[in-house]
Amino acid sequence: MFSLSIQLRQALGKLTLPLLLALACLVMLVGQADRRLAESARTGVADLLAPFYSFLAQPIDRVRAIGREAHSLIGVAEENERLRAENQRLRRWYDVAMALAAENATLKSNLNWMPEPAPSFVTARAVADASGVYARSVLLFVPEGQTLTKGMVALDAAGLVGRITEVGSRSARVMLINDMTSHVPVMLEASHAPAIVAGDNSAAPRLMDYPEDVRPVEGERVVTSGAANAFPAGLPVGTVHYLPSGQPVLEPYARLDHVGILRLFDYGLSAITPPEAPGRVILRNHADEGEFGTVPGRPAQIGRG
Amino acid sequence: MPRISRSEHLPGIRPRPTIWRRLDAAARRALPAAFTALLVLLLCAPFDIPQQQAMLPGVTMASVFFWSVFRPASMPAPIVFLIGMLYDLLSFSPPGLEAVTLLLVHAVGIGMRHSLARQGFVVVWFSYLLVAFVAIVLDFALLCAFTLRLLPPQPALFELALSAGVYPLLSALFTWAHRGIADPSRA
Repeated sequence: MFSLSIQLRQALGKLTLPLLLALACLVMLVGQADRRLAESARTGVADLLAPFYSFLAQPIDRVRAIGREAHSLIGVAEENERLRAENQRLRRWYDVAMALAAENATLKSNLNWMPEPAPSFVTARAVADASGVYARSVLLFVPEGQTLTKGMVALDAAGLVGRITEVGSRSARVMLINDMTSHVPVMLEASHAPAIVAGDNSAAPRLMDYPEDVRPVEGERVVTSGAANAFPAGLPVGTVHYLPSGQPVLEPYARLDHVGILRLFDYGLSAITPPEAPGRVILRNHADEGEFGTVPGRPAQIGRG
Repeated sequence: MPRISRSEHLPGIRPRPTIWRRLDAAARRALPAAFTALLVLLLCAPFDIPQQQAMLPGVTMASVFFWSVFRPASMPAPIVFLIGMLYDLLSFSPPGLEAVTLLLVHAVGIGMRHSLARQGFVVVWFSYLLVAFVAIVLDFALLCAFTLRLLPPQPALFELALSAGVYPLLSALFTWAHRGIADPSRA
């Protein structure tokens, strides 16, 4: 143990705070300059904490399940009645679907249709809602022996949730489609018009950049389009809804506020750029900018989660 | 010659500093920082509470401010820096941003401690409000600068309201801890 003079010690003590402030500013600058470094540090911490969070999630899930059960026990009789009626209706639809599938198979064989490869998928649970006030994302716990890759498409039981933007060894981050930086190329199903679903951190992302002569219809189904090779075509995203202000928004099928179990599909798509800090802006001109009817002068933000 | 700590200069009878007593004192000294770090971890945990992370700036700033004013020894600058980095890495904010903010709050707390420590709760609360306002505006401005666009100001206002509201609760808890379980001289 070495001893310093009192003056020196006091001087050092005074210097600590400015030095640390300078260090923090340096970290901030480095984090902005080299996003990959910041990302790897973040995934490192997330990897460390993922087992802890998943351990923590179990009792919470159990309590929530008990609550749900108690709630559903109350209305079990009318629920039963409703399900019986629905089952009957679905049975009829099942017959229709089977007939259509058979017809489809016949038509495809006549056309020498080249089948698309079935994508492989893994299932993972979201352990933490990693959303800040300026970003919407969830953290996934990756079990041992499974590998996730950046750009995998995440769906829950009902529809598109988002895309993996950061991958660690035990965890991965999924950016949700209502994140402010998320722009998903979609297609309006009735008019076949292309559009962009742009997140704005609210529950219902905005629908924009549809052609001028097309008006999205309230309740119209919206599916992903294969444009920009960012998403495979035809994944269900949500339905069109008009706000009182007249702005069309998308009501997602997926439950973005309570993300639980996710299916992660690997479509092997290429147009994935590395993620950055919130509100990231990359001025990059896409070759297919005009395809979406974007306003000239505005950067096309396609292919970014 | 062994260094004599400051508390041993004080007159009075006190028990011999055994190893357990020293451990106890160290634990009490580390409690504020540990509690703050735990709060950061828990606020990032999957509780599914709406706007859970909007509490983060309020809670961390209140804690750093309170301990910087009332017992800086338990909230030294390096610890503040580490808490800020933990915050940045766990939430989705640009790394270093919250470390800078918290260090500035800490610096203001240290600078104002001689005048503030003698004041009543309301004065401290108002000074904290002022500090929190400046810190959140700075945060917001830096975030806008990094993203090169004007972000909506509502989340920042919401954060400010939350941090104003959460301070009295935390202050009551910390005052109790300051006189009780976090007091090293009680070891």
